[in-house]
Amino acid sequence: MTEMFAMGNYGAYVWSSFGLTAIVMLACVAQARSRQRTVYQQIETRLKAMESAE
Amino acid sequence: MWTFFHKLASPPHFYDISARFIPWFAVLGLLLIGYGTVAGLFFAPADYQQGDAFRIIYVHVPAAYLSMMAYSIMAVSAAIGLIWRMKLAHAVAAGAAPLGAWFTFLALATGSIWGRPMWGTWWEWGDPRLTSELIMLFLYFGYMALRAAIDDTTKADKASAVLALVGAVNIPIIHFSVEWWSSLHQGPTLVREGGPAIEPAMLYPLLAMIFGFTFFFGALLLARVRTEVLSREHRARWVRNMMMGESA
Amino acid sequence: MSAANRPTLVAGLVAILRRDLLLAFKRPGDVLNPLFFFAIVSTLFPLAIGPAPEQLVAIGPGVVWVAALLAMLISMNGMFLGDFEDGSLDQLILSPQPLPLLALGKTITHWLVSGLPLVLVSPLIAVTYQMPFDTIGVMMATLSLGTISLSLLGSVGAALTVGLNRGSALLSLLVLPLAMPILIFGARTVALAASNDVVSAGIYFLAAYCVLGLSLAPFATAAALRISNE
Repeated sequence: MTEMFAMGNYGAYVWSSFGLTAIVMLACVAQARSRQRTVYQQIETRLKAMESAE
Repeated sequence: MWTFFHKLASPPHFYDISARFIPWFAVLGLLLIGYGTVAGLFFAPADYQQGDAFRIIYVHVPAAYLSMMAYSIMAVSAAIGLIWRMKLAHAVAAGAAPLGAWFTFLALATGSIWGRPMWGTWWEWGDPRLTSELIMLFLYFGYMALRAAIDDTTKADKASAVLALVGAVNIPIIHFSVEWWSSLHQGPTLVREGGPAIEPAMLYPLLAMIFGFTFFFGALLLARVRTEVLSREHRARWVRNMMMGESA
Repeated sequence: MSAANRPTLVAGLVAILRRDLLLAFKRPGDVLNPLFFFAIVSTLFPLAIGPAPEQLVAIGPGVVWVAALLAMLISMNGMFLGDFEDGSLDQLILSPQPLPLLALGKTITHWLVSGLPLVLVSPLIAVTYQMPFDTIGVMMATLSLGTISLSLLGSVGAALTVGLNRGSALLSLLVLPLAMPILIFGARTVALAASNDVVSAGIYFLAAYCVLGLSLAPFATAAALRISNE
Protein backbone atom coordinates (compact mmCIF):
# COMPACT_ATOMS: atom_id res chain seq x y z
CA MET A 1 0.00 0.00 0.00
CA THR A 2 2.76 2.41 0.96
CA GLU A 3 4.72 1.60 -2.20
CA MET A 4 1.62 2.51 -4.13
CA PHE A 5 1.59 5.96 -2.56
CA ALA A 6 5.35 6.37 -2.58
CA MET A 7 5.46 6.03 -6.37
CA GLY A 8 9.13 5.11 -6.18
CA ASN A 9 10.31 8.26 -4.35
CA TYR A 10 8.42 10.47 -6.78
CA GLY A 11 5.26 10.37 -4.71
CA ALA A 12 5.26 14.05 -3.82
CA TYR A 13 5.51 15.07 -7.46
CA VAL A 14 2.94 12.64 -8.84
CA TRP A 15 0.35 13.23 -6.15
CA SER A 16 0.71 16.98 -6.14
CA SER A 17 0.19 16.99 -9.92
CA PHE A 18 -2.96 14.90 -9.67
CA GLY A 19 -4.12 16.88 -6.67
CA LEU A 20 -3.60 20.19 -8.48
CA THR A 21 -5.52 18.82 -11.45
CA ALA A 22 -8.43 17.85 -9.24
CA ILE A 23 -8.43 21.29 -7.62
CA VAL A 24 -8.39 23.06 -10.99
CA MET A 25 -11.23 20.89 -12.27
CA LEU A 26 -13.30 21.73 -9.22
CA ALA A 27 -12.41 25.40 -9.56
CA CYS A 28 -13.64 25.38 -13.17
CA VAL A 29 -16.94 23.82 -12.15
CA ALA A 30 -17.33 26.18 -9.22
CA GLN A 31 -16.57 29.20 -11.37
CA ALA A 32 -19.09 28.16 -14.01
CA ARG A 33 -21.75 27.56 -11.37
CA SER A 34 -21.13 30.84 -9.61
CA ARG A 35 -21.36 32.76 -12.86
CA GLN A 36 -24.60 31.02 -13.75
CA ARG A 37 -26.05 31.81 -10.35
CA THR A 38 -25.12 35.47 -10.69
CA VAL A 39 -26.70 35.78 -14.12
CA TYR A 40 -29.86 34.00 -12.98
CA GLN A 41 -30.20 36.30 -10.00
CA GLN A 42 -29.66 39.39 -12.12
CA ILE A 43 -32.38 38.33 -14.56
CA GLU A 44 -34.78 37.41 -11.78
CA THR A 45 -34.30 40.78 -10.12
CA ARG A 46 -34.96 42.52 -13.40
CA LEU A 47 -38.07 40.47 -14.05
CA LYS A 48 -39.45 41.18 -10.61
CA ALA A 49 -38.81 44.89 -11.09
CA MET A 50 -40.64 44.75 -14.41
CA GLU A 51 -43.57 42.88 -12.92
CA SER A 52 -44.01 45.30 -10.06
CA ALA A 53 -43.77 48.19 -12.49
CA GLU A 54 -46.59 46.85 -14.64
CA MET B 1 -29.70 17.31 -40.49
CA TRP B 2 -28.69 20.78 -41.61
CA THR B 3 -31.80 22.12 -39.94
CA PHE B 4 -30.31 20.86 -36.68
CA PHE B 5 -27.22 22.99 -37.18
CA HIS B 6 -29.18 25.99 -38.34
CA LYS B 7 -31.39 25.72 -35.30
CA LEU B 8 -28.32 25.52 -33.10
CA ALA B 9 -27.34 29.02 -34.14
CA SER B 10 -30.48 30.45 -32.63
CA PRO B 11 -29.96 31.23 -28.95
CA PRO B 12 -33.16 29.74 -27.50
CA HIS B 13 -32.70 26.52 -29.44
CA PHE B 14 -29.08 26.31 -28.48
CA TYR B 15 -30.05 26.86 -24.86
CA ASP B 16 -32.52 23.97 -24.98
CA ILE B 17 -30.47 21.51 -27.00
CA SER B 18 -27.21 22.05 -25.15
CA ALA B 19 -28.89 21.27 -21.84
CA ARG B 20 -29.37 17.70 -22.99
CA PHE B 21 -25.73 17.22 -23.89
CA ILE B 22 -24.17 18.50 -20.71
CA PRO B 23 -25.01 15.58 -18.40
CA TRP B 24 -23.90 13.04 -21.01
CA PHE B 25 -20.60 14.78 -21.60
CA ALA B 26 -20.01 15.19 -17.90
CA VAL B 27 -20.72 11.55 -17.03
CA LEU B 28 -18.75 10.19 -19.98
CA GLY B 29 -15.88 12.49 -19.15
CA LEU B 30 -15.77 11.52 -15.50
CA LEU B 31 -15.94 7.83 -16.29
CA LEU B 32 -13.06 8.06 -18.75
CA ILE B 33 -11.05 10.20 -16.34
CA GLY B 34 -11.78 7.73 -13.55
CA TYR B 35 -10.57 4.77 -15.60
CA GLY B 36 -7.58 6.70 -16.89
CA THR B 37 -6.54 7.83 -13.43
CA VAL B 38 -6.77 4.43 -11.81
CA ALA B 39 -5.19 2.57 -14.72
CA GLY B 40 -2.53 5.20 -15.19
CA LEU B 41 -1.56 5.50 -11.55
CA PHE B 42 -1.71 1.87 -10.51
CA PHE B 43 -1.80 -0.48 -13.47
CA ALA B 44 0.41 0.98 -16.15
CA PRO B 45 3.99 -0.29 -15.88
CA ALA B 46 6.61 2.14 -14.67
CA ASP B 47 8.75 3.79 -17.33
CA TYR B 48 12.24 2.31 -17.49
CA GLN B 49 13.88 5.74 -17.68
CA GLN B 50 11.61 7.92 -15.56
CA GLY B 51 10.18 5.40 -13.12
CA ASP B 52 6.88 6.32 -11.57
CA ALA B 53 7.35 10.03 -12.22
CA PHE B 54 6.22 9.53 -15.80
CA ARG B 55 2.66 9.07 -14.51
CA ILE B 56 2.33 12.84 -14.42
CA ILE B 57 1.86 12.46 -18.18
CA TYR B 58 -1.71 11.40 -17.46
CA VAL B 59 -2.64 14.90 -16.32
CA HIS B 60 -0.03 16.99 -18.07
CA VAL B 61 -0.72 15.92 -21.65
CA PRO B 62 -4.53 16.32 -21.47
CA ALA B 63 -4.09 19.74 -19.87
CA ALA B 64 -1.62 20.88 -22.53
CA TYR B 65 -3.71 19.48 -25.36
CA LEU B 66 -6.85 21.15 -24.06
CA SER B 67 -5.09 24.46 -23.50
CA MET B 68 -4.32 24.56 -27.20
CA MET B 69 -7.66 23.18 -28.29
CA ALA B 70 -9.48 25.79 -26.22
CA TYR B 71 -7.50 28.55 -27.90
CA SER B 72 -8.23 27.07 -31.31
CA ILE B 73 -11.94 26.94 -30.50
CA MET B 74 -11.73 30.53 -29.28
CA ALA B 75 -9.96 31.69 -32.44
CA VAL B 76 -12.22 29.80 -34.84
CA SER B 77 -15.39 31.01 -33.07
CA ALA B 78 -14.00 34.52 -33.12
CA ALA B 79 -13.42 34.28 -36.86
CA ILE B 80 -16.91 32.88 -37.44
CA GLY B 81 -18.37 35.64 -35.30
CA LEU B 82 -16.48 38.32 -37.20
CA ILE B 83 -17.11 36.98 -40.70
CA TRP B 84 -20.69 35.73 -40.39
CA ARG B 85 -21.71 37.99 -37.50
CA MET B 86 -23.03 35.07 -35.48
CA LYS B 87 -23.61 36.23 -31.93
CA LEU B 88 -23.51 32.68 -30.64
CA ALA B 89 -20.00 32.24 -32.03
CA HIS B 90 -18.83 35.20 -29.98
CA ALA B 91 -20.48 33.68 -26.92
CA VAL B 92 -18.53 30.45 -27.50
CA ALA B 93 -15.26 32.38 -27.71
CA ALA B 94 -16.08 34.20 -24.48
CA GLY B 95 -16.91 30.94 -22.73
CA ALA B 96 -13.80 29.12 -23.90
CA ALA B 97 -11.31 31.71 -22.68
CA PRO B 98 -11.38 31.16 -18.88
CA LEU B 99 -11.33 27.38 -19.35
CA GLY B 100 -8.38 27.61 -21.70
CA ALA B 101 -6.52 29.81 -19.22
CA TRP B 102 -7.07 27.30 -16.41
CA PHE B 103 -5.83 24.41 -18.53
CA THR B 104 -2.81 26.38 -19.68
CA PHE B 105 -1.95 27.11 -16.06
CA LEU B 106 -2.41 23.43 -15.24
CA ALA B 107 -0.19 22.36 -18.13
CA LEU B 108 2.54 24.75 -17.00
CA ALA B 109 2.24 23.74 -13.34
CA THR B 110 2.17 19.97 -13.89
CA GLY B 111 4.94 20.33 -16.44
CA SER B 112 7.01 22.24 -13.92
CA ILE B 113 6.38 19.64 -11.21
CA TRP B 114 7.38 16.91 -13.67
CA GLY B 115 10.45 18.84 -14.78
CA ARG B 116 11.87 19.18 -11.29
CA PRO B 117 12.82 15.53 -10.82
CA MET B 118 13.40 14.82 -14.53
CA TRP B 119 15.31 17.86 -15.75
CA GLY B 120 16.50 19.11 -12.37
CA THR B 121 14.72 22.45 -12.67
CA TRP B 122 11.27 23.90 -12.02
CA TRP B 123 11.53 26.13 -15.07
CA GLU B 124 13.85 26.46 -18.05
CA TRP B 125 13.80 29.96 -19.49
CA GLY B 126 15.53 28.99 -22.71
CA ASP B 127 13.01 26.34 -23.65
CA PRO B 128 10.81 27.28 -26.63
CA ARG B 129 7.83 25.14 -25.71
CA LEU B 130 7.66 26.36 -22.12
CA THR B 131 8.05 29.95 -23.27
CA SER B 132 5.41 29.73 -25.99
CA GLU B 133 2.95 28.02 -23.62
CA LEU B 134 3.58 30.82 -21.11
CA ILE B 135 2.98 33.35 -23.86
CA MET B 136 -0.35 31.65 -24.53
CA LEU B 137 -1.32 32.06 -20.87
CA PHE B 138 -0.64 35.78 -21.18
CA LEU B 139 -2.62 35.90 -24.41
CA TYR B 140 -5.60 34.43 -22.57
CA PHE B 141 -5.23 37.06 -19.84
CA GLY B 142 -5.03 39.81 -22.45
CA TYR B 143 -8.13 38.48 -24.19
CA MET B 144 -10.14 38.40 -20.97
CA ALA B 145 -8.82 41.81 -19.90
CA LEU B 146 -9.78 43.38 -23.21
CA ARG B 147 -13.28 41.93 -23.00
CA ALA B 148 -13.68 43.24 -19.49
CA ALA B 149 -12.45 46.71 -20.42
CA ILE B 150 -15.04 47.30 -23.15
CA ASP B 151 -18.56 47.91 -21.92
CA ASP B 152 -20.48 47.42 -25.13
CA THR B 153 -20.85 43.67 -25.75
CA THR B 154 -20.75 43.82 -29.55
CA LYS B 155 -17.67 46.01 -29.54
CA ALA B 156 -15.99 43.78 -26.96
CA ASP B 157 -16.82 40.74 -29.09
CA LYS B 158 -15.25 42.18 -32.21
CA ALA B 159 -12.17 43.67 -30.55
CA SER B 160 -11.37 40.50 -28.61
CA ALA B 161 -11.97 38.50 -31.80
CA VAL B 162 -9.26 40.48 -33.59
CA LEU B 163 -6.95 39.90 -30.64
CA ALA B 164 -7.67 36.16 -30.56
CA LEU B 165 -6.88 35.87 -34.25
CA VAL B 166 -3.63 37.83 -33.95
CA GLY B 167 -2.53 35.56 -31.11
CA ALA B 168 -3.48 32.40 -32.98
CA VAL B 169 -0.08 32.44 -34.66
CA ASN B 170 1.27 31.13 -31.35
CA ILE B 171 -0.51 27.79 -31.60
CA PRO B 172 1.56 26.21 -34.37
CA ILE B 173 4.63 27.66 -32.67
CA ILE B 174 3.86 25.80 -29.46
CA HIS B 175 3.24 22.59 -31.35
CA PHE B 176 6.26 22.71 -33.62
CA SER B 177 8.64 24.35 -31.15
CA VAL B 178 10.12 21.00 -30.13
CA GLU B 179 10.88 20.21 -33.76
CA TRP B 180 12.13 23.60 -34.86
CA TRP B 181 14.40 24.37 -31.91
CA SER B 182 16.48 22.34 -29.51
CA SER B 183 14.37 21.88 -26.44
CA LEU B 184 14.47 20.04 -23.14
CA HIS B 185 10.88 19.05 -23.81
CA GLN B 186 10.51 15.75 -25.59
CA GLY B 187 9.23 15.50 -29.14
CA PRO B 188 5.82 14.24 -30.26
CA THR B 189 4.95 10.83 -28.85
CA LEU B 190 1.46 10.26 -30.15
CA VAL B 191 0.98 12.10 -33.42
CA ARG B 192 4.02 11.13 -35.39
CA GLU B 193 5.09 9.04 -38.36
CA GLY B 194 5.07 5.37 -37.52
CA GLY B 195 2.38 5.66 -34.91
CA PRO B 196 2.55 6.26 -31.18
CA ALA B 197 5.90 5.57 -29.54
CA ILE B 198 4.42 4.32 -26.33
CA GLU B 199 3.35 0.85 -25.27
CA PRO B 200 -0.38 -0.02 -25.14
CA ALA B 201 -0.59 -0.53 -21.38
CA MET B 202 0.60 3.04 -20.96
CA LEU B 203 -1.22 4.34 -24.02
CA TYR B 204 -4.79 3.36 -23.25
CA PRO B 205 -5.06 5.20 -19.94
CA LEU B 206 -3.52 8.23 -21.65
CA LEU B 207 -6.07 8.17 -24.46
CA ALA B 208 -8.82 7.72 -21.89
CA MET B 209 -7.60 10.77 -20.00
CA ILE B 210 -7.34 12.85 -23.17
CA PHE B 211 -10.86 11.95 -24.28
CA GLY B 212 -12.20 12.16 -20.74
CA PHE B 213 -10.85 15.64 -20.23
CA THR B 214 -12.14 16.66 -23.64
CA PHE B 215 -15.67 15.60 -22.73
CA PHE B 216 -15.33 17.30 -19.37
CA PHE B 217 -14.16 20.45 -21.14
CA GLY B 218 -17.07 20.13 -23.57
CA ALA B 219 -19.58 19.96 -20.74
CA LEU B 220 -18.05 22.98 -19.02
CA LEU B 221 -17.89 24.92 -22.27
CA LEU B 222 -21.56 24.26 -23.04
CA ALA B 223 -22.48 25.32 -19.51
CA ARG B 224 -20.51 28.54 -19.78
CA VAL B 225 -21.87 29.34 -23.24
CA ARG B 226 -25.42 28.80 -21.97
CA THR B 227 -24.82 31.25 -19.17
CA GLU B 228 -23.26 33.67 -21.64
CA VAL B 229 -26.26 33.38 -23.97
CA LEU B 230 -28.64 33.98 -21.08
CA SER B 231 -26.71 37.05 -20.02
CA ARG B 232 -26.69 38.52 -23.53
CA GLU B 233 -30.29 37.73 -24.36
CA HIS B 234 -31.67 38.79 -21.00
CA ARG B 235 -34.14 41.17 -22.62
CA ALA B 236 -35.57 38.59 -25.00
CA ARG B 237 -39.05 37.18 -24.64
CA TRP B 238 -37.87 33.58 -24.64
CA VAL B 239 -35.73 34.27 -21.60
CA ARG B 240 -38.63 35.89 -19.81
CA ASN B 241 -40.95 33.01 -20.61
CA MET B 242 -38.41 30.46 -19.52
CA MET B 243 -37.65 32.19 -16.23
CA MET B 244 -41.31 32.75 -15.41
CA GLY B 245 -42.09 29.19 -16.43
CA GLU B 246 -39.47 27.96 -14.02
CA SER B 247 -40.63 29.99 -11.10
CA ALA B 248 -44.24 28.99 -11.75
CA MET C 1 -12.94 62.79 -59.77
CA SER C 2 -11.39 62.13 -63.15
CA ALA C 3 -8.69 59.50 -63.51
CA ALA C 4 -6.06 62.21 -63.54
CA ASN C 5 -7.22 63.62 -60.20
CA ARG C 6 -7.88 60.41 -58.31
CA PRO C 7 -5.33 60.09 -55.52
CA THR C 8 -2.95 57.18 -55.89
CA LEU C 9 -1.96 54.83 -53.09
CA VAL C 10 1.50 56.35 -52.95
CA ALA C 11 0.02 59.83 -52.71
CA GLY C 12 -2.15 58.69 -49.81
CA LEU C 13 0.79 57.13 -48.00
CA VAL C 14 2.98 60.19 -48.51
CA ALA C 15 0.18 62.44 -47.33
CA ILE C 16 -0.27 60.64 -44.04
CA LEU C 17 3.47 60.37 -43.50
CA ARG C 18 3.88 64.10 -44.02
CA ARG C 19 0.98 64.93 -41.74
CA ASP C 20 2.09 62.73 -38.88
CA LEU C 21 5.75 63.70 -39.13
CA LEU C 22 4.74 67.34 -39.08
CA LEU C 23 2.60 66.73 -36.00
CA ALA C 24 5.45 64.88 -34.34
CA PHE C 25 7.82 67.75 -35.06
CA LYS C 26 5.54 70.10 -33.23
CA ARG C 27 5.58 67.82 -30.21
CA PRO C 28 9.21 67.00 -29.54
CA GLY C 29 8.12 65.25 -26.37
CA ASP C 30 6.94 62.36 -28.53
CA VAL C 31 10.52 61.73 -29.62
CA LEU C 32 12.34 62.73 -26.50
CA ASN C 33 10.27 61.10 -23.77
CA PRO C 34 10.77 57.50 -24.90
CA LEU C 35 14.43 58.32 -25.58
CA PHE C 36 15.03 59.66 -22.09
CA PHE C 37 13.13 56.72 -20.66
CA PHE C 38 15.38 54.37 -22.63
CA ALA C 39 18.49 56.05 -21.31
CA ILE C 40 17.30 56.26 -17.72
CA VAL C 41 16.11 52.66 -17.54
CA SER C 42 19.47 51.52 -18.86
CA THR C 43 21.22 53.27 -16.01
CA LEU C 44 19.00 51.63 -13.40
CA PHE C 45 20.55 48.20 -13.78
CA PRO C 46 24.16 49.00 -12.89
CA LEU C 47 22.83 51.08 -10.02
CA ALA C 48 20.79 48.20 -8.71
CA ILE C 49 23.01 45.24 -9.51
CA GLY C 50 26.44 46.81 -9.11
CA PRO C 51 28.98 48.02 -11.66
CA ALA C 52 31.28 44.99 -11.88
CA PRO C 53 32.49 44.99 -15.51
CA GLU C 54 32.08 41.27 -16.16
CA GLN C 55 28.52 41.50 -14.95
CA LEU C 56 27.84 44.51 -17.18
CA VAL C 57 29.19 42.72 -20.21
CA ALA C 58 26.95 39.78 -19.45
CA ILE C 59 23.75 41.75 -18.94
CA GLY C 60 24.37 44.48 -21.53
CA PRO C 61 22.49 42.98 -24.48
CA GLY C 62 19.51 42.07 -22.35
CA VAL C 63 19.31 45.43 -20.62
CA VAL C 64 19.48 47.42 -23.85
CA TRP C 65 16.79 45.28 -25.35
CA VAL C 66 14.44 45.38 -22.36
CA ALA C 67 14.89 49.14 -22.10
CA ALA C 68 14.12 49.54 -25.79
CA LEU C 69 11.04 47.35 -25.48
CA LEU C 70 9.73 49.31 -22.52
CA ALA C 71 10.44 52.63 -24.24
CA MET C 72 8.49 51.47 -27.30
CA LEU C 73 5.63 50.35 -25.06
CA ILE C 74 5.17 53.74 -23.50
CA SER C 75 5.19 55.42 -26.88
CA MET C 76 2.59 53.11 -28.43
CA ASN C 77 -0.31 54.47 -26.49
CA GLY C 78 -0.31 57.76 -28.33
CA MET C 79 -0.34 56.27 -31.82
CA PHE C 80 -4.01 56.82 -32.48
CA LEU C 81 -5.06 58.70 -29.38
CA GLY C 82 -4.67 62.18 -30.81
CA ASP C 83 -6.69 61.36 -33.89
CA PHE C 84 -9.34 59.59 -31.86
CA GLU C 85 -9.80 62.55 -29.55
CA ASP C 86 -10.12 65.25 -32.15
CA GLY C 87 -12.18 63.27 -34.62
CA SER C 88 -9.54 62.86 -37.32
CA LEU C 89 -9.87 59.10 -36.94
CA ASP C 90 -13.38 59.33 -38.38
CA GLN C 91 -11.95 61.12 -41.40
CA LEU C 92 -9.21 58.55 -41.84
CA ILE C 93 -11.70 55.71 -41.73
CA LEU C 94 -13.99 57.43 -44.20
CA SER C 95 -11.26 58.44 -46.60
CA PRO C 96 -11.11 56.88 -50.09
CA GLN C 97 -7.65 55.52 -49.33
CA PRO C 98 -7.60 51.97 -47.96
CA LEU C 99 -7.46 52.09 -44.18
CA PRO C 100 -4.68 49.48 -43.93
CA LEU C 101 -2.48 51.78 -46.02
CA LEU C 102 -3.16 54.71 -43.72
CA ALA C 103 -2.55 52.48 -40.69
CA LEU C 104 0.77 51.44 -42.20
CA GLY C 105 1.62 55.09 -42.74
CA LYS C 106 0.98 55.92 -39.11
CA THR C 107 3.00 52.90 -38.04
CA ILE C 108 5.94 54.00 -40.18
CA THR C 109 5.78 57.44 -38.60
CA HIS C 110 5.64 55.91 -35.16
CA TRP C 111 8.79 53.95 -35.88
CA LEU C 112 10.59 56.96 -37.34
CA VAL C 113 9.69 59.03 -34.31
CA SER C 114 9.96 56.49 -31.51
CA GLY C 115 11.92 53.50 -32.77
CA LEU C 116 14.68 54.87 -34.97
CA PRO C 117 15.97 57.31 -32.30
CA LEU C 118 16.37 54.37 -29.93
CA VAL C 119 18.45 52.51 -32.48
CA LEU C 120 20.63 55.57 -33.05
CA VAL C 121 21.19 56.22 -29.35
CA SER C 122 21.75 52.57 -28.42
CA PRO C 123 25.50 52.56 -29.14
CA LEU C 124 26.01 55.15 -26.41
CA ILE C 125 24.24 52.88 -23.92
CA ALA C 126 26.07 49.83 -25.23
CA VAL C 127 29.44 51.43 -24.67
CA THR C 128 28.65 52.00 -21.00
CA TYR C 129 28.01 48.27 -20.79
CA GLN C 130 31.45 47.49 -22.20
CA MET C 131 30.02 46.08 -25.39
CA PRO C 132 32.65 45.44 -28.09
CA PHE C 133 32.27 47.40 -31.34
CA ASP C 134 31.31 44.61 -33.73
CA THR C 135 28.67 43.47 -31.28
CA ILE C 136 27.27 46.98 -31.33
CA GLY C 137 26.73 46.59 -35.07
CA VAL C 138 24.72 43.41 -34.55
CA MET C 139 22.85 45.12 -31.73
CA MET C 140 21.79 47.97 -33.96
CA ALA C 141 20.68 45.54 -36.66
CA THR C 142 18.55 43.55 -34.22
CA LEU C 143 17.15 46.72 -32.69
CA SER C 144 16.20 48.10 -36.10
CA LEU C 145 14.31 44.97 -37.08
CA GLY C 146 12.91 44.56 -33.60
CA THR C 147 11.62 48.10 -33.20
CA ILE C 148 9.92 47.92 -36.61
CA SER C 149 8.17 44.72 -35.52
CA LEU C 150 7.24 46.35 -32.23
CA SER C 151 5.74 49.36 -34.00
CA LEU C 152 3.67 47.03 -36.14
CA LEU C 153 2.58 44.94 -33.18
CA GLY C 154 1.94 48.07 -31.18
CA SER C 155 -0.28 49.50 -33.87
CA VAL C 156 -2.66 46.56 -33.50
CA GLY C 157 -2.70 46.87 -29.73
CA ALA C 158 -3.07 50.65 -29.84
CA ALA C 159 -5.95 50.36 -32.30
CA LEU C 160 -7.72 47.86 -30.04
CA THR C 161 -7.38 49.99 -26.92
CA VAL C 162 -7.70 53.54 -28.21
CA GLY C 163 -10.29 55.42 -26.21
CA LEU C 164 -10.49 52.93 -23.37
CA ASN C 165 -10.06 53.97 -19.75
CA ARG C 166 -6.57 52.99 -18.55
CA GLY C 167 -5.94 51.83 -22.09
CA SER C 168 -2.17 52.03 -21.69
CA ALA C 169 -1.94 49.32 -19.03
CA LEU C 170 -4.16 47.07 -21.09
CA LEU C 171 -2.07 47.89 -24.16
CA SER C 172 1.06 46.59 -22.47
CA LEU C 173 -0.74 43.41 -21.47
CA LEU C 174 -1.86 42.85 -25.04
CA VAL C 175 1.43 43.65 -26.75
CA LEU C 176 3.95 42.00 -24.42
CA PRO C 177 3.08 38.32 -25.00
CA LEU C 178 3.67 38.59 -28.73
CA ALA C 179 6.66 40.88 -28.16
CA MET C 180 8.45 38.24 -26.12
CA PRO C 181 9.81 36.32 -29.13
CA ILE C 182 11.21 39.59 -30.52
CA LEU C 183 12.92 40.27 -27.21
CA ILE C 184 14.23 36.73 -26.91
CA PHE C 185 15.74 36.57 -30.37
CA GLY C 186 16.94 40.16 -30.30
CA ALA C 187 18.78 40.00 -27.00
CA ARG C 188 20.11 36.46 -27.44
CA THR C 189 21.46 37.24 -30.91
CA VAL C 190 23.41 40.16 -29.51
CA ALA C 191 24.72 37.91 -26.74
CA LEU C 192 25.77 35.37 -29.36
CA ALA C 193 27.57 38.10 -31.27
CA ALA C 194 29.42 39.06 -28.11
CA SER C 195 30.72 35.51 -27.83
CA ASN C 196 31.59 35.43 -31.55
CA ASP C 197 28.90 32.91 -32.36
CA VAL C 198 26.74 32.64 -35.47
CA VAL C 199 24.12 35.39 -35.53
CA SER C 200 22.40 34.73 -38.86
CA ALA C 201 19.64 32.58 -37.38
CA GLY C 202 18.51 35.30 -35.04
CA ILE C 203 18.67 38.00 -37.69
CA TYR C 204 16.62 35.84 -40.06
CA PHE C 205 14.03 35.25 -37.38
CA LEU C 206 13.73 38.95 -36.61
CA ALA C 207 13.50 39.74 -40.30
CA ALA C 208 10.81 37.09 -40.76
CA TYR C 209 8.80 38.50 -37.85
CA CYS C 210 9.17 41.93 -39.39
CA VAL C 211 7.93 40.78 -42.77
CA LEU C 212 5.04 38.88 -41.19
CA GLY C 213 4.11 42.00 -39.30
CA LEU C 214 4.33 44.19 -42.38
CA SER C 215 2.01 41.89 -44.31
CA LEU C 216 -0.60 41.32 -41.63
CA ALA C 217 -0.52 44.07 -39.03
CA PRO C 218 -1.95 46.88 -41.20
CA PHE C 219 -5.07 44.82 -41.87
CA ALA C 220 -5.53 43.86 -38.24
CA THR C 221 -4.96 47.47 -37.23
CA ALA C 222 -7.50 48.72 -39.76
CA ALA C 223 -10.11 46.24 -38.52
CA ALA C 224 -9.38 47.21 -34.92
CA LEU C 225 -9.64 50.93 -35.72
CA ARG C 226 -13.07 50.48 -37.26
CA ILE C 227 -14.20 48.49 -34.24
CA SER C 228 -12.83 50.94 -31.69
CA ASN C 229 -14.22 53.96 -33.44
CA GLU C 230 -17.84 52.85 -33.50
